[in-house]
Amino acid sequence: MRPGSISAAGLARTALAPVLLGVAAVLLWQWAVVAFEIKSFILPGPFLIGGEFAANLQNVVNGMTVTGRNALIGLLVGAVLGILAAIVAALLRIVDEMGAPIVASIAVVPIVALAPVLYTMFGAGAETARQIVAGLAVFVPVYFNTLKGLRQVRPVHRDLMRSYAVTSWQATKSVTLPTALPFVFTGLRIASSLAVISALIAEYFGGPVGGLGKSITSSASGSNYGLAWAYVLGSVLLGLLFYAAALGLEKLVSRRTNG
Amino acid sequence: MTQARRGQVQGRRILTGALGVAVLAALWELYKLVGPAEGIVVGGITILPRTSDLAMPHVWVMVARAFEPVTGASNAIPLWQAVLEGSLFTLGIAAVGWLAGVTVGLLLALLMQRFRLAESAVLPWVVLSQTVPLIALAPLVRRWGSQIRFGEFTWESWMSVALIASYLAFFPVAVGALRGLASPDANHVDLMRCYAAGWWKTLWRLRLPASIGYLLPALRLAAASAVIGTVVAEVSIGLRGGIGRLIVEYAGAAGGDPGKPWAPIFGSIAVGLVAAGFVALIGLFLRRFRRGEVAA
Amino acid sequence: MNNHSAQPAALAVDVTGVSRVFTVRKGADVTALDNVSLTVAPGEFVSLIGPSGCGKSTLLRLIADLDTPTAGEIKVFGKAARQARIDQDYGIAFQQAGLLPWRTVAGNIELPLELHGTSKPVRRARAADLIALVGLSDFADKYPDQLSGGMQQRVAIARSLAESPSLLLMDEPFGALDEMTRERMQNELVRICAETRAAVVFVTHSIPEAVFLSDRVVVMSPRPGRIRDVLSVSLGDQAQRGENLREDESFFQGVRAVRELLHGAAPAGARGVETR
Repeated sequence: MRPGSISAAGLARTALAPVLLGVAAVLLWQWAVVAFEIKSFILPGPFLIGGEFAANLQNVVNGMTVTGRNALIGLLVGAVLGILAAIVAALLRIVDEMGAPIVASIAVVPIVALAPVLYTMFGAGAETARQIVAGLAVFVPVYFNTLKGLRQVRPVHRDLMRSYAVTSWQATKSVTLPTALPFVFTGLRIASSLAVISALIAEYFGGPVGGLGKSITSSASGSNYGLAWAYVLGSVLLGLLFYAAALGLEKLVSRRTNG
Repeated sequence: MTQARRGQVQGRRILTGALGVAVLAALWELYKLVGPAEGIVVGGITILPRTSDLAMPHVWVMVARAFEPVTGASNAIPLWQAVLEGSLFTLGIAAVGWLAGVTVGLLLALLMQRFRLAESAVLPWVVLSQTVPLIALAPLVRRWGSQIRFGEFTWESWMSVALIASYLAFFPVAVGALRGLASPDANHVDLMRCYAAGWWKTLWRLRLPASIGYLLPALRLAAASAVIGTVVAEVSIGLRGGIGRLIVEYAGAAGGDPGKPWAPIFGSIAVGLVAAGFVALIGLFLRRFRRGEVAA
Repeated sequence: MNNHSAQPAALAVDVTGVSRVFTVRKGADVTALDNVSLTVAPGEFVSLIGPSGCGKSTLLRLIADLDTPTAGEIKVFGKAARQARIDQDYGIAFQQAGLLPWRTVAGNIELPLELHGTSKPVRRARAADLIALVGLSDFADKYPDQLSGGMQQRVAIARSLAESPSLLLMDEPFGALDEMTRERMQNELVRICAETRAAVVFVTHSIPEAVFLSDRVVVMSPRPGRIRDVLSVSLGDQAQRGENLREDESFFQGVRAVRELLHGAAPAGARGVETR
């Protein structure tokens, strides 16, 4: 966590401690399930979930593909729109002020609540509504963080660019964008897991079957709780995958821009 | 900035903001007017919506519908009243979830601030917890309702909803508070050490006040998350009485009554804004702690 | 110089053979202080001066028990540094005023008293006295962001005096101020020290400042941090020091002497090395 403290002891603490805590939690969970004879429809043990996950791997992966595709499309579209909107808002104050109440509403509103009307607008048989829900959920953090980043340019840098008499595009390229980039990636990192969660939850509100969300509800209502939890595990992995990808991209780009 | 000048800026903000909403409504109507009835379909995928009155009702239909009765029955209350009741119900559960989430988040942040080992062991899991859609568990959490019972205490469905809301709410608070508690200058920490002030005194006099600036945005995020969590959990747990249930219920009526499903959506926007407004109010009381020091 | 028979016999600060080695990554050690010994008598004003990296701030932090020496011993009023900190035997001021932005001027000065359980009326009275001492009576209810840098630093000094310590530790307290404010603050500090009779350890990188304020100037050299020389400045009792001293020949002599010590063998004319 803290740079400069990466010694053997530091590594043990930053890597080993969370792993140990995780293993301990899983074991405690399993022990509690066995010791208190908790019925599997309340909370199945982690070993049972793992077994179901392995046995139904193909189904879970199929579900992950459907939901993951929606989340990915939403993430890409939402991120591009969010960044573009932030650039426009940073350049034109009127757009920023006119958009303020709308963006503030989107930020506090359960976007998935829009899913039912989106299903009627785009057709209940298509995945579009889910992608839009994911896209809207992604838009908010990307927009806010990018806008914040674009406003971080320090006056001394702006004055410097002015004294060099460079064009506004050159200034944007050499100062504004590099300053804003870390903020954009922070937004993307937050958005990555939001995209998955939103695409998944949108499935609870209707639409075609096949995704993780529908699979969780249908196996739960079929009293197949181990399988339902296996799908949950699948969604956990999907969320992690998105998060790790965003984090990896961030590290890659920041290493390149730093030299 | 003088008082009058500030008022002017505020007025301008509100005016342009209202204009923004009006532009959005105008765009809606414009697209509805010129867009093709079946929407714009590219390669079998609908990328722009259908423009029929069913899919995209006129803005005024949405507004007018709110003042008509919920159903055709003679004793039906107006739609806006039903939505208001649902909104208050949802707001109440969200508040419980928010309080629980804020408490847990603060305690976790204090624990992580106090013990570095706790920070390195817990923080990765706190971050990972949000990539885990616990909300996906909602259909499973429902089962707990009928099973958990200690003596007089019975676990009610709304508690499951609040639990899920708190799971979403605790994260920004834990991370924001931790950052806030670590935010005092080295200078200030040295000073407290010079005063031989212990951890608790340092916490109370320095770390907590210094964290307010970080805590308030976290509390606002937590409020939005709690509302989102409540609405979604109401749907997936199947709890009646809240705005989430109305959204699903009225969506079913959209076929013959396209204005109806929009009412609870506006209701949920209102709930979210009220929750954010409440946090802004807290911020007003804590104004003193958000002063910046001018570097000497 | 300041022979007060009422003062306790123990030295205000007694540093014997102190070293401080910082271990940085890859095993390369940095010796910030190497076998440094220094005493400060009660009521005496001692400045530590030297180029960056000479360990003057490190030495001050060690005396304040904000850091522990690798070797050697530090006694403050005959006690271990840690005990002296717990007993609140010193007051401290840093280069940054370090005021809590959410507390008023009075609230900031009251902070140490509040932490140590002084009752409210006593706190109030003490803060009012100190605010008057540093000449900020009209600003008692203002917040730090409403004050200029010099005013903030005056509040910080008042805060360091809150518990009437017999030792003041000051780490370049005027380093961030402009030259005019700085000279005014020096005049005030001389007056305050004359009134409170506290011993002072004062870190600075300004030669005139050190000469103007001090009874003794300790000149340090870097890599490793060592005391190169100690110069007694005989500019008379602090109560008599004032603005006209800056024009006095004895003052210029002191400045020249410290400069020559700082530059070692370098010709006396060399200057402009006071970069931070």
